[in-house]
Amino acid sequence: MEAIEVQDLSKSFNGLTAVDCVTFTVHQGEIFGFLGPNGAGKTTTVRMLTGVLKPDGGEARVLGHDLQADTAGAKAVQGVVPETANAYVDLTAWSNLMLIASLYGIPRREGEQRAASLLTEFGLYDRRASKVKSYSKGMKQRLMLAMALVSDPAVLFLDEPTSGLDVLSARSIRQKIQALRDEGRAVFLTSHNMQEVSMLCDRVGIINRGKLVALESPEILRHRIGGTVTVEFSFDKPLSSPPPGAERVGDAYRIYTAEPHEVISSIVDFAKRNGLKIISVNVQAPSLEDVFVKLTGGAPE
Amino acid sequence: MSGKVWAIIKKDIQLYYFKGPVVIFGVLSPLFLFLAFSVGRDLPAAFIIPGLMAMTLFFTATSVSPVIMPWETQMRTLERLISCPISVRTLILGDILASFIFGVCISAVPVAVGVALGVGVKSPVILLAAILLAAFCFSSLGLLFSTPPTSLVSNIMMLSTFVKFPVIFISGIFIPVEQMPGWGVAVASLSPLTYFTDLARFALQGTAYYPLIVDFAALLGFSAFFLLLAVKLHERALPKRF
Repeated sequence: MEAIEVQDLSKSFNGLTAVDCVTFTVHQGEIFGFLGPNGAGKTTTVRMLTGVLKPDGGEARVLGHDLQADTAGAKAVQGVVPETANAYVDLTAWSNLMLIASLYGIPRREGEQRAASLLTEFGLYDRRASKVKSYSKGMKQRLMLAMALVSDPAVLFLDEPTSGLDVLSARSIRQKIQALRDEGRAVFLTSHNMQEVSMLCDRVGIINRGKLVALESPEILRHRIGGTVTVEFSFDKPLSSPPPGAERVGDAYRIYTAEPHEVISSIVDFAKRNGLKIISVNVQAPSLEDVFVKLTGGAPE
Repeated sequence: MSGKVWAIIKKDIQLYYFKGPVVIFGVLSPLFLFLAFSVGRDLPAAFIIPGLMAMTLFFTATSVSPVIMPWETQMRTLERLISCPISVRTLILGDILASFIFGVCISAVPVAVGVALGVGVKSPVILLAAILLAAFCFSSLGLLFSTPPTSLVSNIMMLSTFVKFPVIFISGIFIPVEQMPGWGVAVASLSPLTYFTDLARFALQGTAYYPLIVDFAALLGFSAFFLLLAVKLHERALPKRF
């Protein structure tokens, strides 16, 4: 049985199509990355799959539970960290976890055991009696993940789980996500962090203007932009304008090309003509970000 | 389902009973309104106490439920709540019952004041049944106020005040229904508070304007109407809150 099955899922708001006949599946034991520019339909898709919004058309199943016919059943097998949602800041971490455990119908004693175990695992047990408003952003996000896991779900929806976190907090959450996959859970991950998606996800779906424009593993997607590589180089002196055909990236320059040899020769010529020393030259395969930019048109919504 | 409803009630009690708008509109407003009405006037306690009870119950039971939805929308806690395996009906029932408990508990204060002033309760069973039914009815009405999908608590409190104050004046609290002109009686009959005030007067004074069965049937009818309408409107408004 697939963890998530989506067939022709659609949703409109006031005549504007937010999600347009999207079809995909997510396997058990898989991290599935769901990418798209702002306003592309990511959060609307997640909200339909988590039972928050009703689709206008199409079907979706979570572990075989039809989201329309058996909404409660589908919700019961999933844990959710919504992008813009918060825990109750005027309640303690313990109360937040026990509330969610009760709403999933978990018996009190079992809920207490899971809450204690999760709070310990996420390094929050000593602060369990503190109101959440005294927590840092990283602690709040770890608590949200603990709340998503308190029902021991087989499927997890994580919408931007590391957004705005410091390096260490983001890293600990990424490690947890990998551990969840290794336990056999399906993780549906939306993120704007391409490096994170590239590192974590087994497969990636890219949505643009409500339509799914790619559905592959990150590695296959990288090869989809047709043999193009990135030549990144820097000089010992700053330039008033980038060399012809190059774009500025920090203190370096970047050219996308199918002929790296020609490009490197032209860079060397350019350096000689202008009395520059080349500090570095790197030839890289296209990143997932390059694929994303190409598939989504390269312009913000 | 009962465990999930109780979880919602418990959360609401912890979060909302001591919120500013609840204390101001639920406790202080009826207190000062009552003082403005009764201080300096030579009115018998047996007349004043049913009015105080009606006003207290009406304000308290309609003070918690309107705050919850806009507050949760503002604090962005609603999406997490709704993604749990609970229905909108469960959520709404929990919110109504939290408001109901608040109303019932605070309504004990005017009853105690009445007893302290020597006003005897002639029909305690009728009074208790009336308080329970009316608290549920008014809590459901309170939840109806919060159906506009706004995150601004002040907008909802303004709307609820706009409805609640006129209701206070047409429900036989300050002027008994039997002293109203015909059109006044007709208007009073549209207010659920009229029937609770009538029951409270019966329980304390032994006389009522309407037959008891009419009072109870009217409160029951209003409760069912408010509850069903609140569920329907909240189900419709919920997607607009995100």
